[in-house]
Amino acid sequence: MIFFTSFNTPSRRLPVLHLSMVVAIGLLSCLVARVSAQTATPPSAQTTALQTTANPPLMDNKVFVHVLFDQFEGRTNGSDSEFRWDGQAWAGTDMNKLWLKSEGFVNDGEMSDGDHEALYDRPIPRMRYFDAQAGIRADLDSGPKRVWGAVGIEGLAPHFFQLEPTFYFRDGGHLAARVSGSYDLLLTQRLVAQPELEMNFYSKQDPERGIGTGLSDVDTGIRLRYEFSRKFAPYVGFACDGTFGSTATFARQSGESVANPRFVFGVRLWY
Amino acid sequence: MYKEKTTESTHSLSLTRRRFVQGLAAGGAIAALNWGARPLFGEVSHHAPDTLTGNHFDLTIDYLPVNFTGKHRIATAVNGSVPGPTLRWREGETATLAVTNRLKETTSIHWHAIRLPSGMDGVPGLSFPGIKPNETFVYQIPVVQSGTYWYHSHSRFQEQTGVAGAIVIEPRDKDLITFDREYVVMLTDWTDTNPETVFSNLKEQSDYYNYHQRTTGTFFSDVKKMGLKPTISNRMMWGRMNMSPTDIADVTGATYTYLMNGNTPHGNWTGLFQPGEKVRLRFVNASAMTFFDVRVPSLPMTVVQADGNDVEPVTVDEFRISPAETYDVIVQPYENAAYTIFAQSEDRSGYARGTLAPSEGMVAEIPQMDPQPMRTMADMGMGGMAGMNMAGMNMAGIDGMKAKDMPAMSKSGTTQDGMKGMAGMDMGNSSMHSMPAMDKGKSPGADQQSMAGMDMSSSSKEAMPGMNKTDMAATGKHSMAGMLMGNAAGTIPFPQPRPNTMPLPGAGAIDVKLTPSSPVHMRVGPQVVGVAMNTSERLDDPGNGLKGNGRRVLTYADLRARYRGVDARPPSREIVLHLSGNMERFIWGFNGKKFSDAEPIELKLGERVRFVLINDTMMEHPIHLHGVWSELENGQGAFNPYKHTITVKPAERVSYLVSADTPGRWAYHCHLLYHMEAGMFRTVVIS
Repeated sequence: MIFFTSFNTPSRRLPVLHLSMVVAIGLLSCLVARVSAQTATPPSAQTTALQTTANPPLMDNKVFVHVLFDQFEGRTNGSDSEFRWDGQAWAGTDMNKLWLKSEGFVNDGEMSDGDHEALYDRPIPRMRYFDAQAGIRADLDSGPKRVWGAVGIEGLAPHFFQLEPTFYFRDGGHLAARVSGSYDLLLTQRLVAQPELEMNFYSKQDPERGIGTGLSDVDTGIRLRYEFSRKFAPYVGFACDGTFGSTATFARQSGESVANPRFVFGVRLWY
Repeated sequence: MYKEKTTESTHSLSLTRRRFVQGLAAGGAIAALNWGARPLFGEVSHHAPDTLTGNHFDLTIDYLPVNFTGKHRIATAVNGSVPGPTLRWREGETATLAVTNRLKETTSIHWHAIRLPSGMDGVPGLSFPGIKPNETFVYQIPVVQSGTYWYHSHSRFQEQTGVAGAIVIEPRDKDLITFDREYVVMLTDWTDTNPETVFSNLKEQSDYYNYHQRTTGTFFSDVKKMGLKPTISNRMMWGRMNMSPTDIADVTGATYTYLMNGNTPHGNWTGLFQPGEKVRLRFVNASAMTFFDVRVPSLPMTVVQADGNDVEPVTVDEFRISPAETYDVIVQPYENAAYTIFAQSEDRSGYARGTLAPSEGMVAEIPQMDPQPMRTMADMGMGGMAGMNMAGMNMAGIDGMKAKDMPAMSKSGTTQDGMKGMAGMDMGNSSMHSMPAMDKGKSPGADQQSMAGMDMSSSSKEAMPGMNKTDMAATGKHSMAGMLMGNAAGTIPFPQPRPNTMPLPGAGAIDVKLTPSSPVHMRVGPQVVGVAMNTSERLDDPGNGLKGNGRRVLTYADLRARYRGVDARPPSREIVLHLSGNMERFIWGFNGKKFSDAEPIELKLGERVRFVLINDTMMEHPIHLHGVWSELENGQGAFNPYKHTITVKPAERVSYLVSADTPGRWAYHCHLLYHMEAGMFRTVVIS
């Protein structure tokens, strides 16, 4: 929830969205709670007459909560700078989680690329390292709002590649896809180079948001972080976000550049 | 025989001890004033937990401010001491233990491997409801065994934060192990981090505490050593599985400080001796997550007891002790010199250290830690199968049946391995040796039924000598007939093996066929990263990081019970359990299921069963069955060692026999605390 309230978005656009968000998250939470309740009681408790107490000897279905900001950084090319965040949070058990994602840019008080998702997450049977995710995505920033349905997977591809492809759909037959991936290259035990790539695709154009069809935008970079601890790792790096195809045309028309190579300074944080 | 510590040492020790224990335990205000009374990192001062003797004990579990690393933390302590006091019981008496809970949460004390009525076992949710805050629970334990044991909380992570202590039970009759002096050496791992946070960290990032990982630096040094191509193909092999050969310990010296009798390495716990004395060291690994490799440089150790049961003395330079195991060793230092007791963690991220010395203040050199071990393809269950197709491994829905496992073993090729594999399925090598009819060359999977049949005859043959007149006379006053009758009915527990205990013979067992165990269907998934294709018994393998280190290292194959086992009946059935898990997700279980997804294992009172454990994971798991003994089938036949905690190495297959002689709901679990809490736990119901 914190993701949806903590940044400054023009408030007049929010009530409807907030409502739908709250409903969606509420539904997801209920689902999670219901499934956990089903799994929390061990079968042994129901089947064995010798049971002495209702409390199981251990709780292997506890709820854990984590928040990770992979990118929490300033980007600059000297004359122009912007703030970028990209974070995820999850809460739940081994098998049932509520998963939140949020990313965006802030430049001169204008927010762009604001993408916020609330997903139900569950490990995929027969897969060791991948979870399936389904829920909603809200494009919430200084531009017109959009709400999408989202279905995707997230996990670890062989050779430790973090991979996160997601498909989106919304009214009017709009389809979209995003693929993001990253890799942690350990230079030393604490010095880690992380190349990262995110690509967005759209089936139909959305001129109001400056979106064209096909591959619309790419955000890529490499960050060198030093893990003072796993949870606190400042980094420097280089990142480039750019637009392509008709999206690039929209960008040019509104006087924006189509490629933004920038140095980045930030900190990777998790809780 | 047993003596208290020498008078001088008792005085000097008790002074320090009293200051520590009483200073910190005497309640809020005083505890706060004495905040720094705990030996600090860097100070050369030491204490050991108190020893309490008798048959009535008042134990109080309360919070205790401690400082092991320079940071003030709150431990959970028994009678104001971390570890808790050593309890000395006497076999044949009834120990009464009133345990009072001063914590804000439910607590419990489990008497590890003590044979007792299940209601006294101290596992909340199984044997009793736990001890609520400000309540006192009175345990009454008729003591029917002797040896070195320990106790610990069975509530969440209280064991990690200090609720653990040693139990020494003096035998009713003369101790057949001779020594001049004895010390309990309790090994623990302490973290300044809240264990809930440690657990949560592991769930989010399972290699959180691993600072021994492969880097670009190790890549280039490997290239220099092995060449470019092998280095790349090795990296690819591990990478395909998203596994790391550096995954030795889940929680490491990055957060742990390893303690010996509650002392940091700098604190240097010291045990005194007179040169020439035989010193009995009762090692207890009371750590939550740490395998220790223990040695006393330049002093050979004679192992005389394992898990509380006497073994034929075997002299070694070093032994690995798993969480929850105990080993008693005799050392006899002749020199008027100090000796370091050195216990390095398996992953070499730290060590516990103490000193044996003729007088206070003497120290010996602390050895360098050994190189960090690496897992191998054999640990992945792929030994001798390099270049195999990974897809095959993914899909292997392995049966617990021998039909499936045995051929895999035969692939390992050598006659020796084949023999070992089979030893896991019969009464042991000794009986096999006596059976020339058993053809080593024959396809092991082919004829399981007849093999089982042969087992039976050999075991009953083994049992027969136990029935002769001399032994019967030796039992003296015990009514042997009554004892056997009782045992056969399963109404009284078997005694611990002793010189005068009689085995229950395997009467009429010759034609008994082993019931084939039901197959275990396990598939790769969120809870199962892999199913080992090639498992074998590696009881003569001391484990990762100990092979070929130039020292004589104890292995499970070296353990031979000093006294004949008390139940010579063959097992009537087999229970096959795969140790499974997903390191990345930090989910652990048996047969691909964690505790909350699984049914209890049911045993019939009085029956004798074989447990077969197949480790499909990349880590060792010390598996502990409450309430009854686990007789490790390590090829010693009627002298298979009685243990309570059996460690299964990666891709290893180990079997042991259990006489289900005590009714109740018993816990059965991996004794790595965070593995247990993640689900590697089953209820075993004996009824």
